[in-house]
Amino acid sequence: MFSDYSWAELGSIFAMQGFAGLSLFSVYLLMALGLAIIFGQMGVINMAHGEFMILGAYVTYLCSNMVQQYLPFLFGGYFFVAIVLAFIVTAALGALVEWLLIRHLYKRPLDTLLATWGLSLILQQLYRTIFGAREVGVDLPSWMLGSISANDMIDIPINGLVVMSITLLIALGVYLLMFRSGFGRQTRAVVQNRVMAGAVGINTEKVDRLTFSLGCGIAGIAGSAFTMVGSTGPTAGQLYIVDTFLVVVFGGAASLLGTVASAFTISQAQSTLEFFLSGSMAKVLTLVTVVVILMLRPQGLFASKVRR
Amino acid sequence: MISVQDYRASYGQSEVLHGLNFELGKSEIVAIVGRNGMGKTTLMKSLMGIVPPSGGHVRVDSVDVTHMKSFERVSAGLGYVPQGRMIFPTMSVKENIETGLTSTGEKSISDDLYQLFPVLKDMSHRRGGNLSGGQQQQLAIARALATQPKALLLDEPTEGIQPSIIREMARVLRRIRDERQLSILVSEQVLSFAMDIADRVLVIENGNIVHEAQRDDIDEQQVAAYLAV
Repeated sequence: MFSDYSWAELGSIFAMQGFAGLSLFSVYLLMALGLAIIFGQMGVINMAHGEFMILGAYVTYLCSNMVQQYLPFLFGGYFFVAIVLAFIVTAALGALVEWLLIRHLYKRPLDTLLATWGLSLILQQLYRTIFGAREVGVDLPSWMLGSISANDMIDIPINGLVVMSITLLIALGVYLLMFRSGFGRQTRAVVQNRVMAGAVGINTEKVDRLTFSLGCGIAGIAGSAFTMVGSTGPTAGQLYIVDTFLVVVFGGAASLLGTVASAFTISQAQSTLEFFLSGSMAKVLTLVTVVVILMLRPQGLFASKVRR
Repeated sequence: MISVQDYRASYGQSEVLHGLNFELGKSEIVAIVGRNGMGKTTLMKSLMGIVPPSGGHVRVDSVDVTHMKSFERVSAGLGYVPQGRMIFPTMSVKENIETGLTSTGEKSISDDLYQLFPVLKDMSHRRGGNLSGGQQQQLAIARALATQPKALLLDEPTEGIQPSIIREMARVLRRIRDERQLSILVSEQVLSFAMDIADRVLVIENGNIVHEAQRDDIDEQQVAAYLAV
């Protein structure tokens, strides 16, 4: 499949697809970070994670429209406001869902799968009722349009770079929060031994709620990033949930570094292969590779080395 | 310090503790001895709010903790060292101790904790799960002490630990009691350790306290008979 191209062309294709893949990487990584916190840390299989992302995307869409309509002179900076709003709205919904639903199911992990799947259907229908079945797109401010030309064959999209920088900042923030702060220490203690964490004085219910809502909030940010990659529709989140679980499991459920590495690998493989093959063949190849690697290394790419 | 009145606990329909009554005085060490399955661990778990009570009252310093959640009991002054240590395996030794600081609001581990357990200072960046059994036991005690308890509950602290370390542990526990005026309730199967450490010994059998004696006038053979299988 490579024989039709010269070496210089191949190099440019890989570079361009690589940069295009970065936007996908951002979405995967943000989705997976949220899911890694919820699934990896709490053991809750959140099938509604994609819908939380789409909620973030809708918030971004609303925010973009509002600003365009009422405060057009601020349009250049709306994206950053939208990210914050998306985080707040989805985190609030996450806290509500935890209180209503998830906290009753911590001892029944498989039931969370069904319950959150039901939740995802409810949310989809809600989006359809409120925003309509048609997909919506978000207008970008002019400074985020266009691309940087590295040479005459390679163009790097600016919005991809912006989104990726934000993603990396958030990944760093999540790392610091989980491994350097008191809250992170409490979360990890609850994860490792819920009963014992309570017996050393940690309010486990509060930690659970905050953790779940943080994971959902990050999915909301993923939604903001998603508006750059695809168009927002009620069911768009479903397409990403399987891939995201793949990223989390491939990376090693409790490892944030593993999540970054596996999001990068999967999104780049996907994006590069898509240029040469059809989209579905690219997916098949990626999936088969991941499955084979997981057969050889079931604990994922990065697993912590400790006696159990 | 701790007063337990007509205390009952059950797993579903089957009652395990049938109305226990005992007191733990300030800076007193009380050992609860008994064979397997007699209710020692259930009592400890229940005092810590892990197994719910089905009747009676527990007071810590005249505060009724009977219906509190675990973390509230920690604030009320109970420190817990469970059977099997239950340290957090993938967290470092330092982080393990720091989890105990949650209820006190302190930011850093006080130096006298490390003075009690110097080995933990040397290993403060090792993962808890990679420590030996004896070191994990010390870590579990340090973690409980970090919560600044008024009373410490130890559930079979000698289980799976070599004899020389058991003697060392008895020495450390007495030192903690003397320095911090701490009350200690310890459940045990090893009578020699209980005799070594306790001011008073309670014998528990089938969920009832069947014998009680101060250390000085304890009839060792009678207690040993209770423990014989």
